[in-house]
Amino acid sequence: MLLIHCPYCEQDLPELEFAYAGEAHIARPTDPSKLSDEEWRDFLFIRTNPKGVHFERWRHLNGCARFFNAVRETVGDKFLATYKTGEPRPDITSLMGDAK
Amino acid sequence: MTTYRLPNRGRVDHGKPVRFSFDGKSYQGLAGDTLASALLANGVHLMGRSFKYHRPRGVVSAGSDEPNALFGTRRGAGRFEPNTRATIQELREGLDATSQNRWPSLAFDMGAINDNLGSLFSAGFYYKTFMWPRAFWDRVYEPVIRNAAGLGVSPSEPDADSYASRFAHVDVLVVGAGPAGLAAALAAGRSGASVMLVDENSEVGGTLLSEPAVTIDDKPAWDWLAATTAEFDALPNVTVMTRTTAIGYYHQNLVGLCQRLTDHLDTPPEGAPRERMWKVRAREVVLAQGALEKPLVFDGNDRPGVLLAGAAQTYLNRYGVKVGDRPAIVTAHDSAWYTAFDLAEAGAKPAAIVDVRATVDHALTDRARALGIEALLGRTVTGTSGRLRVKSLRVNRMDGGKAGEARDIACDAVLMCGGWTPCLHLFSHTQGKLTWDEALQVYLPGKKTETVQIAGAGRGLWSIAASLEDGANAGTLAARDVGCQAEAPAFTVSADRTGSGVTCKELPTDRDAGKAKAFIDFQNDVTAKDIRLAVREGMRSIEHVKRYTTNGMATDQGKMSNVNGLMIAADALGKAPPQVGLTTFRPPYSPTTFGSFAGYHKDATFEVTRKTPIDGWAEAQGAAYEPVSLWRRAWYFPKPGEDMHAAVSRECRGARASVGIFDASTLGKIEVVGPDAVTFMERMYTNPWAKLAPGRCRYGLLLGEDGFIRDDGVIGRLSADRFHVTTTTGGAARVLNMMEDYLQTEWPDLKVWLTSTTEQWAVVALQGPNARKVLEPFVEGLDISAEAFPHMAVAECTVAGFPARLFRVSFTGELGFEVNVPARHGRALWEKLWEAGQQYDIVPYGTETMHVLRAEKGYIIVGQDTDGTLTPDDAGLTWAIGKAKPDFVGKRSLTRPDMVAKGRKQLVGLLTDDPKVVLQEGAQIVADPAQPKPMTMIGHVTSSYWSDALGRSIAMAVVVDGRDRDGQTLHVPMPDGTITAKVVKGTVFLDPENARISV
Repeated sequence: MLLIHCPYCEQDLPELEFAYAGEAHIARPTDPSKLSDEEWRDFLFIRTNPKGVHFERWRHLNGCARFFNAVRETVGDKFLATYKTGEPRPDITSLMGDAK
Repeated sequence: MTTYRLPNRGRVDHGKPVRFSFDGKSYQGLAGDTLASALLANGVHLMGRSFKYHRPRGVVSAGSDEPNALFGTRRGAGRFEPNTRATIQELREGLDATSQNRWPSLAFDMGAINDNLGSLFSAGFYYKTFMWPRAFWDRVYEPVIRNAAGLGVSPSEPDADSYASRFAHVDVLVVGAGPAGLAAALAAGRSGASVMLVDENSEVGGTLLSEPAVTIDDKPAWDWLAATTAEFDALPNVTVMTRTTAIGYYHQNLVGLCQRLTDHLDTPPEGAPRERMWKVRAREVVLAQGALEKPLVFDGNDRPGVLLAGAAQTYLNRYGVKVGDRPAIVTAHDSAWYTAFDLAEAGAKPAAIVDVRATVDHALTDRARALGIEALLGRTVTGTSGRLRVKSLRVNRMDGGKAGEARDIACDAVLMCGGWTPCLHLFSHTQGKLTWDEALQVYLPGKKTETVQIAGAGRGLWSIAASLEDGANAGTLAARDVGCQAEAPAFTVSADRTGSGVTCKELPTDRDAGKAKAFIDFQNDVTAKDIRLAVREGMRSIEHVKRYTTNGMATDQGKMSNVNGLMIAADALGKAPPQVGLTTFRPPYSPTTFGSFAGYHKDATFEVTRKTPIDGWAEAQGAAYEPVSLWRRAWYFPKPGEDMHAAVSRECRGARASVGIFDASTLGKIEVVGPDAVTFMERMYTNPWAKLAPGRCRYGLLLGEDGFIRDDGVIGRLSADRFHVTTTTGGAARVLNMMEDYLQTEWPDLKVWLTSTTEQWAVVALQGPNARKVLEPFVEGLDISAEAFPHMAVAECTVAGFPARLFRVSFTGELGFEVNVPARHGRALWEKLWEAGQQYDIVPYGTETMHVLRAEKGYIIVGQDTDGTLTPDDAGLTWAIGKAKPDFVGKRSLTRPDMVAKGRKQLVGLLTDDPKVVLQEGAQIVADPAQPKPMTMIGHVTSSYWSDALGRSIAMAVVVDGRDRDGQTLHVPMPDGTITAKVVKGTVFLDPENARISV
């Protein structure tokens, strides 16, 4: 069971309180009708699914109930950072340095 | 009976005899014994039969690595456990143990014929033998294999025991209480850090329990142990838990511990849990798991009486039991020599010490000579004899790397030692990397992924002095890492018997190696030749060799077998061991009961049962219940003598004829509030909301972004900025999550607040032509006449003196009201309406009647009539889409090519040709029943009921291009014949004009 840092509560809390919510930084297009079928398909279904650093969303479901973003390294299953919704992606290079 | 117990020796209580039985025969042991040591004290070595060949087997080890001595143990009804390890189970008064895998008896087992057919059961046997004919698999092979397979028998009664669980947070968790673990806990404990020290044995000490002659700080080992234990007792920050196995090491220093609480007690306290599962989050972990002794691999190394030398030393020194009078020692390591010396000093007459090494330390040979033990160096062992107990050992000289002249040595036990290997299990759970140590010929812990230290024999330090020092350093570092001031204690150790040795593959033989039964994995009956065969047949990866031969896949997790298997596979592959690699150890470390995993999650506390405020009334009425997500809901209200069918028909009639009362409190409810509430609703739901006037309701349809139906429900607009949203019972949490997701992350600019109000409102539905008559006298502040309060109206008012939100809605097709009152008033409201309804023969109805009534009207249930692949058009709900809206969740997907293509499944009505036949929900539908199998299925039945109102069965189904098939006859093949049914385009079976709703 992972410990996850909620950037709103500013606490490390057990995974049981959280729910995974898919890949991060995939904004809903402001006008979906302008998108081609292929573009809309990509928005709906195409995800990066990397072996390594993954930007993803979590929700502190059984806590403050806020959605937030996280950087997780999927091989070792380790969180490198969590940050609030709307904040820019953190710099991976410096995070990987911290992980070592 | 001969006793092998030595008086005044060991840690057992010689003044406390304990009676127990084995296969119905009564025996006596001592308090402090394990089942294994007590049987050995009685001269019993034959303890079980092997898994595949049914070979007679005895105990091999003295710890949790035991592969052979597995018993069924029983303590009264519901307390039977198969595969209890005799080496772990402590003796208790009346312990009832039975041997396994034998018929009719342990000494004469019919299954042993497999041993003579061994050539049929080679590696990959299952894969090769049962390939054909295909039809034999189901009828012949599988039943036979299933009957023969498995260790022991499953318990046949519910477990009468209870199990507990607990969380703990500590600074330092030390796993293993041998010299390294004790020193680590001392160092950390003295610094003030919170320390938890756990060990799977019944007492702390590890190796020290088997090495009483060692002195530490001028004290005999056991005195030092007592002083150390006393110091732990005096330190409030140190918790010591014995009988506690660290079963798994998970992320971020979470370690699972299984603590055995009552299995060792003569009489467990009433209600005491049998085991407790701990989840410990430690800032620092010190692994001091020690090392595991490896068997030597030679023909007949599995006979009863052949055991690990270190185990024999433990039985002697810890339990005061000689494993034999005339043991022969076979070793590749110095440590077994000390076992021989201890046994000789205790009165046994070791037959010989056979060492595969040509030279050893002179101190060893000198001591052997002094004790009158013959030492044979540079030998190989090529066989043993004895059916139920080893009688002799066949030893050969080595000539130029080959087995030469042979000689038989009479013995009553064979003590083998193939050296020691660090116990890497928990470290492997963390995905820690292993490093091959060429000098020690072992794998050691390498790159770490967690905040962990490995101390002592677990990283290849074999002596007690080195382990104490290493443990002290590890404990000190751990304490400093958590911010404590720590100094590593120093220890002076004497009489420490450090040894060294070599690592072997299977021992050379002068006989046909293909006929040798030289076991590597005793529990899964894997021999050296199986590994070589697997390599010859093309297995290159150690992971493939493992699965093909099942080496290391038994319940002992390869504790004894993995490294021997690797050495032989590496030799067969012509590679160095590190090029072959070790298979991954996975949790649990040793077999763990399901009960301890389940903990409190059983029976009534298996999971939460949600009950409505009206649940107690339904229970008093004798309602039958059904689970709906976590809720338990009244299913129907049977009267005496009624079955479900009769009760549901009566309830349906009552509601249609006069009035029914229904507990709808489980409906999901979300309050959507704020200046932008209407904008939010416009974007979330398919329907238009902007022009919905306050005081009016609308059916709302929710899609996923992929365009498929996710949920639905009636939504009331209470004021310009407030919506009362209802969802399906099971969908409430999902819908709120989805709404929150969009609100927080896509449209954070909207001023909207979402609140779950499901449990805040109790909802009582009155449905039927007399519903208004029952309700009207209770309503204050609102005119509920047909004109003033039409269908799909909502208003706040007072009902029976309680503040209420009153909806005029119908899920039955009848005149209907749903009264929402604060949950605490739900039961009182229900009882008042119930009483007032008596003059109209009011009938309470459950979810089954609700389902029938709604199906008669063709109202869908999301999740029953839809399955996550239905669009609004598929379900016939295009009317619920706001065509003029520029966007809503899922809108763009509705024009994707596949969503508008022909051949989609559409929801239609289905009427059986025989009106008495009720289709089975989920039944598959075909167009042509004469087509060859497998048939092309074109849909399935989603809802199907007997309709009392229509006097016939009705059904809904999703069928490919269903609406184009109006009037077509389709076929539903069932086991006892094919049912024919006709498609009706609409799903409304009753009152299509909605005349009954509008009264």
